[in-house]
Amino acid sequence: MKAIRLPESEKPIPGLSVSTNQGLLQWISSVDHKQIGIMYLWLSVLFLVMGGCEILLVRLQLVVPNNDFLDPEVFNQLFTMHGTTMIFFVAMPAIFGFNTYLVPLMIGANDMAYPRLNAFSFWLTFFGGLMLYFSFLAGGAPDAGWFNYAPLNQYNYSSSPGIDYYCSSLLIAGIGTVSASANFIVTILKYRVGTMSLKHMPLFVWMVLINSFLILAAFPALNAALAMLLLDRQLHAHFFTAIGGGSAILWQHLFWLFGHPEVYIVILPIFGIFSEIFPVYSRKPIFGYNFIIGSGMAIALLAFGVWIHHMFATGLGNTVNGFFAASSMLIGIPTGVKIFNWLATMYGGAIRFKVAMMFAVAFLVEFTIGGLSGISFAIIPIDWQLTDTYYVVAHLHYVFIGGTLFGLLSGLFYWFPKISGRIPDERLSKWFFWLFVISFNLTFLVQHALGAMGMARRVYTYPDFAGWGTLNLISTTGGFLMGISIGLLVYILVKAIRKGVQAPADPWDASTLEWTTSSPPELKNFDQVIPVNSTRPFRDFKRPDDAD
Amino acid sequence: MAGYLCLISNGQSIFEVASPEAEKIRALTYGFLIAAAGVMLLIVLLTIYISVKFRAKATSVEPIQIKGNRKVEILMVGFPLVLVIGFFFWSIKTMREVLPPHGDGPPDIIITGHQWWWEAVYPGSKVVAANEIYLPTGKRLLIELNAADVIHDWWVPALGGKMDLIPGMVNHLWVTINKPGTYEGTCSEFCGQQHAWMRIRVVAQSPEDHEQWLQAHSQRTELPMGTLALEGKALFMKASCSNCHSVQGTIATGGEGPDLTHFASRKTMLAGMMDNNPENVYKWLTDPQKVKPGSHMPRFIFAKDSIAALTAYLTQLK
Ligand code: HEM
Ligand SMILES: [Cu+2]
Repeated sequence: MKAIRLPESEKPIPGLSVSTNQGLLQWISSVDHKQIGIMYLWLSVLFLVMGGCEILLVRLQLVVPNNDFLDPEVFNQLFTMHGTTMIFFVAMPAIFGFNTYLVPLMIGANDMAYPRLNAFSFWLTFFGGLMLYFSFLAGGAPDAGWFNYAPLNQYNYSSSPGIDYYCSSLLIAGIGTVSASANFIVTILKYRVGTMSLKHMPLFVWMVLINSFLILAAFPALNAALAMLLLDRQLHAHFFTAIGGGSAILWQHLFWLFGHPEVYIVILPIFGIFSEIFPVYSRKPIFGYNFIIGSGMAIALLAFGVWIHHMFATGLGNTVNGFFAASSMLIGIPTGVKIFNWLATMYGGAIRFKVAMMFAVAFLVEFTIGGLSGISFAIIPIDWQLTDTYYVVAHLHYVFIGGTLFGLLSGLFYWFPKISGRIPDERLSKWFFWLFVISFNLTFLVQHALGAMGMARRVYTYPDFAGWGTLNLISTTGGFLMGISIGLLVYILVKAIRKGVQAPADPWDASTLEWTTSSPPELKNFDQVIPVNSTRPFRDFKRPDDAD
Repeated sequence: MAGYLCLISNGQSIFEVASPEAEKIRALTYGFLIAAAGVMLLIVLLTIYISVKFRAKATSVEPIQIKGNRKVEILMVGFPLVLVIGFFFWSIKTMREVLPPHGDGPPDIIITGHQWWWEAVYPGSKVVAANEIYLPTGKRLLIELNAADVIHDWWVPALGGKMDLIPGMVNHLWVTINKPGTYEGTCSEFCGQQHAWMRIRVVAQSPEDHEQWLQAHSQRTELPMGTLALEGKALFMKASCSNCHSVQGTIATGGEGPDLTHFASRKTMLAGMMDNNPENVYKWLTDPQKVKPGSHMPRFIFAKDSIAALTAYLTQLK
């Protein structure tokens, strides 16, 4: 058996007489992947609440036509901050939280390859988020949307420092993201327990691996664009202004060259999560293991060939548009067939409907809605009618919430006993599930119609056209119910941590390595790792007579 | 469902079309909706069926461990691939019909997006319109689209797709209007503080009516004005109004704000924000930043009777 590296827990901070093993100081000085993972997760909850409050104000403003609850200036800051927060400081940290916590445990390692780099990545994300929010105090938050199009992002059109904060904070967080990805790649490739070959790796780890390469390729485009924009704003470089010889469209190319892979960056690890959850709760192996890895790779490659589908209305011409329509439809296929993979995994199984599995099954339906509306944008003439309307808002939330957030919640209920050592209240959790699913659909289903009825997005108010008021009222009601359900979730989690039932090491009869350690794992994950000869080592161990 | 569709036809939905371009897109949209509904139904039924049928019972033993099936996998890829290929060719065909290359011919109308109003210039005549744009029916029109400041987007759902207006670039759009009427639209690319109030109103007229309209609007008939209005006119020319607005036949030739030559004949003001009536004009002149915050028209401190005079003048600019 290969020697397993020990986490460096007991080392005191140089110059301090306190040991790092105490309270808050232990957390902020920690280099243990489990603690860092948990910090990522709490960071994401914190920003979820912030981003949520912002959008509830937005929805309140839109509750009736011609409302004047918010100034347009404030409204624009709020929706900009909402989008930026949700993508960069909720989805990314949540995913990185799971990755950081689980990858070493799932591959039988005791820590990440570079524990200090790991902590560094977290703190960069943390300070990036802090800096973004500091803009509220520094003269105004960014107000040109999370996509921040040129030339609206230039100093003459947005002279508050908000957009400078946007650039700097995303650059800082982006460096953290890139370094964390490098860390995952090395960890996965170099620190797997001796006998675990690539073809025995859990699918979640596979998706993290593929995703990390995707990040390494996509983030530089964003970071370059942000640096150029800072130069434009601070030193009048004119990269993105037509008057100075630059091009407004250049921003869109760079932004979406990052931005489209980004939407796959926040969904690929989720596919990994579901590929762990469906088999366990169906008591069957995943259907088409190789197929899922292959389609994951296909998605990662194709993700770089579809950015123009965010720009079909910019007048690039039918030839260019046609090419990108083809690639956009193609990427829908490996994304869509995974639904069939999971359905086939359930087929013939013995399905246990725990909360995690309920989210997984609900995801199948919600994500299909999001995927289909996504295809409608690849059909360019339909895009010409519907882009930049509420139909897009509906689409992207079915993907981000129905996909990413459902996956995160599913993963949360699946791994919570492992992470906290406690079992959350099952009855309350089911209440949360139903409240969340219903309110989510209430909020966003009607927005498909709003878009088709001509309502543009990012408007702070709207005229009293037939039907618009009613649908917006429904949407706002749903939004507030969603807010309440998130409150319930936080309550469930805190209650479980305080006085939940003690969790066994393997509450779901699962088959991957993380379930072989105690719940929660000791500081050192493993003293010894069971042999790995298939994708389900723990099951083999529990049922040696019927091993894979 | 029927209620849903009822809501959808509200005068500016993508399903109530008034041009062959929009019709073609609508046909494609219906095709897509049918296919999508089929796929959706398939997934929902499969999910429900499998969830109910294979629910674990107290007596459940571990089920048979199947790891995959090549045939099912091929079917899983093949089925969506066929659908997608079909829609790809249909959409390419539609794109070519809706947006053929524009060649070198002159445009029929030139539209410029400003923060936050629209300017329309009719080549070959001196007519300049703002926000409410008059177009003839029955002819395939080539629209040229420009931006004065940031990116805007032209979208009138009943007349077909969107097209961005981008600084430093010239874009084109083809539009044919079937019948006279008023068609609502809006800027749909986020363009700053007042993006919400950058609505479009296309007034379609028969070719004869349109010709007449062009004739009538290429000059201004000087109406006999009351003393109050004349006082307002003098004020308009003297105060900085004339630096930003133009009124044909006067010294006012500014281009920063909308052309006001025929301001009083518009039904709405401020790009669809409110009805055009004397009260609203009065309110606007009292404090533009209060009415439409962020707008590029500054506040002037006038005495009440000066505002009344300016209002009297503006409401006579038919
Ligand atoms: C007291 C002098 C002025 C008068 C009487 C006046 C009148 C008006 C009126 C009636 C409108 C509404 C037009 C429409 O709905 O089509 C308007 C809009 C506008 N004006 Fe003026 N104006 C004056 C001065 C100025 C100046 C000096 C500027 C430039 C700095 C300016 C810039 C604008 C702009 C940009 C709009 C469009 C606002 C929007 O819809 O967002 N105006 N003005
Ligand atoms: Cu605009």
